[in-house]
Amino acid sequence: MNVLLDNLSLYGHGLLGTVELTVYASLLALVLGFLMAAFRIAPVRSLRVFGTAWVTVLRNTPLTLLFFAVLLGLPRFGLVLPFTLFAVLALGCYTSAFVCEAVRAGINTVPAGQGEAARSLGMTFPQTLGLVVLPQAFRAVIPPIGSTLIALAKNSAIAGSFSVVELLGVYRPLNERGYSIIWSFVWIAVGYLLVTLTISALFNALEKRYGVVR
Amino acid sequence: MSTVLYDLPGPRARRRHRCVGLVGTLVLLALVGWILFLLFHTHQFTAAKWTPFAYQGIQELLLTGLGNTLRAFGLAAVLAPALGGVLAAGRLSAHRPIRWAGTLLVEFFRAMPVLVLIFFIYVALRAEPLTALVSGLTLYNGSVLAEVFRSGVNAVERGQGEAAYALGMRKTQVMRYVLVPQAVRAMLPAIISQLVVALKDTSLGFLITYEEFLHAGKLIASNLDYDLPFIPVVMIISPVYIGMCMLLSWSATWVARRQRRNPKVEAGGVAAPEPATLQQEDHRARG
Repeated sequence: MNVLLDNLSLYGHGLLGTVELTVYASLLALVLGFLMAAFRIAPVRSLRVFGTAWVTVLRNTPLTLLFFAVLLGLPRFGLVLPFTLFAVLALGCYTSAFVCEAVRAGINTVPAGQGEAARSLGMTFPQTLGLVVLPQAFRAVIPPIGSTLIALAKNSAIAGSFSVVELLGVYRPLNERGYSIIWSFVWIAVGYLLVTLTISALFNALEKRYGVVR
Repeated sequence: MSTVLYDLPGPRARRRHRCVGLVGTLVLLALVGWILFLLFHTHQFTAAKWTPFAYQGIQELLLTGLGNTLRAFGLAAVLAPALGGVLAAGRLSAHRPIRWAGTLLVEFFRAMPVLVLIFFIYVALRAEPLTALVSGLTLYNGSVLAEVFRSGVNAVERGQGEAAYALGMRKTQVMRYVLVPQAVRAMLPAIISQLVVALKDTSLGFLITYEEFLHAGKLIASNLDYDLPFIPVVMIISPVYIGMCMLLSWSATWVARRQRRNPKVEAGGVAAPEPATLQQEDHRARG
């Protein structure tokens, strides 16, 4: 208990860093993910190829390697940004591939008959998409996107090893100050549970509100 | 393409698609050109940075690293499904305490970043890097797999279980003969995908100084004698990593596709990843 109370500000900073990383990277991942999903189902071949390549490469890249390449590699191109921004970039791009797949899979859960019916009613493409397909896809997409964002929050721990302030990195100064390692890790674990459980509660609420049983 | 979105394009739509396609291609080519320009501009293709990779010592260093990566992955790939099976059995148990214990463990390990587990085992329990890495990966992926198994069992059509109970089977029998075989077949691609995650996460060993592939790369990249060949190292390491993961991912897709052809599985009703109209009608006609 002492570990937490003595170092409340340290833990607070760490937790805040993790939350910050998670929120910004989530926003980036959602935007990029939707964009890539749109690319992947576009009728234009070059966009489709780009989206597919983006998803395939990023999904199969270890996040540590991505962090390694982005945080240590980009500065060599003369691009010097704060480490936190680099971390958000790496996390966001990585997660966008998973968001894209979730969205695409969600669209694929909509039965083809729905789209055909909409078109045969004379709806235009934006109408088909906006009024028929996406609302149904949205419901199917909530749970997978929720778990993707939880994964993102957990993956943000890697940033701590690349000199970004976040929760896991807190153990280092505590270790040096001679606090019990086990207890400092227990409180770190509690911090992560707090973050992931918040996200999962949020998406559970969303699912309860909008989800449908198929 | 996904039939839910488009009709066959007419002449005007085809022309429009061609225009957008041309612009898209040009933008992509410009992007590639810009990256190439940056690479050349910052002198990434000099001989000083690339000759080290012809040295035998460097190659051996990389191969040893790769071997260590694969060893960690192999261990985790065996242990994680085993743990997953045990935990899933616990979560599906009819006894409340076992169910609760299983749920607690699964939820805890799933909610923990795998890196926190690895660091905890490495720093607090003072384990060897390999032990820490493998046990961290096993705990995390095992509990994720437990959820995969459980959701697989629950996703089997309800009538299957009900029919089995109606035939007088006990719960264990229902599980063993009816639900689990169908679930595992349907979930095999998901299981392999989770192994891809385990393979990717072996690179976390880099952060606890386990001498794996990325670690070897870092050693080479930080060598002043070779003019700090960081970008070359990334250009060599990432295709290997991505290639390995892709192979595994593709095997998942391959298994999924093979199963769809397998009449045994077709009865189980594995959902097609893309709802092609023809296939669905085919299915309906048969079912």
